[in-house]
Amino acid sequence: MPKIMKKKYIINIIAVAMVFLLLCLLFDTGLLGRKAAYFNGLVTIGMFYTIIVCSLNLLTGYMGEFSLGHAGFMSIGAYTSAIATTLISDHAELPNIVLYLLAIVIGGLAAAIVGVLVGIPALRLSGDYLCIVTVAVAEIVRVILSNFGIPAITGSATFGKSFAGIAKVSDYHYVFITMVICITVMYCYIRSRYGRALISIREDRIAAAASGINVTKTKVMTFTISAAFAGVAGAIYAHYITTLVPTYFNFSKSSEFLAIVILGGSGSMTGSIVAAPILSALPQLISYVFPEFASYRMLIYAIVLVVVMIFKPSGLFGGKEFSLPNLLLDRNYRKKKVSLDENKA
Amino acid sequence: MLKVSNLNVHYGVIHAIEDVSVEVNDGEIVTLIGANGAGKTTILHTITGLKKATSGNVVFDNVDLLKEEPSKIVTHGVAHVPEGRHVFVDMTVRENIEMGAYMYKKKDKDKMIAKMDEVFIKFPRLKERQNQLAGTLSGGEQQMLAVGRALMSDPQIILMDEPSMGLSPLLVQEIFSIIKEVNQQGITVLLVEQNAKMALKVANRAYVLETGKIKLSGDADELLNNDEVRKAYLGA
Repeated sequence: MPKIMKKKYIINIIAVAMVFLLLCLLFDTGLLGRKAAYFNGLVTIGMFYTIIVCSLNLLTGYMGEFSLGHAGFMSIGAYTSAIATTLISDHAELPNIVLYLLAIVIGGLAAAIVGVLVGIPALRLSGDYLCIVTVAVAEIVRVILSNFGIPAITGSATFGKSFAGIAKVSDYHYVFITMVICITVMYCYIRSRYGRALISIREDRIAAAASGINVTKTKVMTFTISAAFAGVAGAIYAHYITTLVPTYFNFSKSSEFLAIVILGGSGSMTGSIVAAPILSALPQLISYVFPEFASYRMLIYAIVLVVVMIFKPSGLFGGKEFSLPNLLLDRNYRKKKVSLDENKA
Repeated sequence: MLKVSNLNVHYGVIHAIEDVSVEVNDGEIVTLIGANGAGKTTILHTITGLKKATSGNVVFDNVDLLKEEPSKIVTHGVAHVPEGRHVFVDMTVRENIEMGAYMYKKKDKDKMIAKMDEVFIKFPRLKERQNQLAGTLSGGEQQMLAVGRALMSDPQIILMDEPSMGLSPLLVQEIFSIIKEVNQQGITVLLVEQNAKMALKVANRAYVLETGKIKLSGDADELLNNDEVRKAYLGA
């Protein structure tokens, strides 16, 4: 490995560790006092939003296809993992970390399986048609969950159309590490040869196929990965909130995720990482400071979206990535960025 | 080398290609000429697997291409330069060229670099602009890039779809001299063109396609002097 790469890795690891320590300092030392639990919740929710928004960005930004059904994949991950952990913890006492790991793995796998099953037929379509299929899938999942309910399989949790009594194992320490791993995996995927193939398909499907790229395989693979991470986010959500209601995973949730991707900048992981926690927390914070505004939070979303679309249609980061190591190590980084912009114009 | 026989292709109910047979021998430049909608592009797309045939045979070096996936066909040595300069506009020139080597394995890295040098020697303009976004290149440069990308896969035959489309007469000359050069290096060329005059000048043999059927075929020089061809395609 070249020395400069090693340096960059070290800087990134230090940066991530510092953020982690900052969170620990805020929540574990009682610095925030009574409010710690509230902010802890905001941060945890922000983190699972980040995972799901990044996973959606994989489709929107890099594959160039819209999915309005990510809440569906999320609900699959949430329900499957919740049923699994409830069943398991009825039979055996497991430490939280094991239960948490089981939850995210099962949630991710379940969503990935559905992703493959949906992806193989659906990815023959593209654009609006694919988008409609994803909406349909999410709605089918939601309607099944809200009408059939889950048969009572255990005693300890109440089953029915909603699902309560899920073990609360999504501790923010675990969630933070999960988030970092998820983002790293997705980022590496984009930078790999498969990611490059994916981007070339977005740019020009025919030229990509003519270059020997298996278009269908690459698309299905990406769709599956995206669904899997949505499932992981769902599992985290389920084991944090502890109560699942099918109506939470409705169409407006899916469109909220998509709105965050667009706001952050589709095709920019940095954009999603910045936009997701802020936009998931913003409505909460506003209703916290001004309780009378609580019912207007959707309005604020709309206004922010309109303003961004007017002044920066490509989103806040507009397909660019921020790199801390490059900023620190490469003096030409800023200069280079400018000259690249000039090239584009 | 490449043998297309009794090919039939449909778009829904439209019979786009009717019983077309085309043969390309090793080392030749063969051109398919014809008006808009004659089915020239469809034939190329069928050869590279981008469009499924209804019936017929496409055999290249004893491989039945109709049974292969498009991504596998490239590995048999068939490169396709699609119509209308399909380059990846948001990637740099270098990245575009690298995409042409997508089928290479990791261990073939040296081969890829050697191939890339070859391409850069052939197209010095691309080397100068290797870090520029492909979308900022001129039309002629984009066409060179598309050809350069196709050459990266080390093809035995290169299928070119209207390389002169939308280019100035001067650039058309340049592109055609590139085609000749490529051919002189031993790469067989199947050229689809609307610019019949230029195409017939560089080609050894030619096929005239009209609404999905082969109307005429023969030596390029003969066709260049054929009255029917002159009237219909050469405007004389």
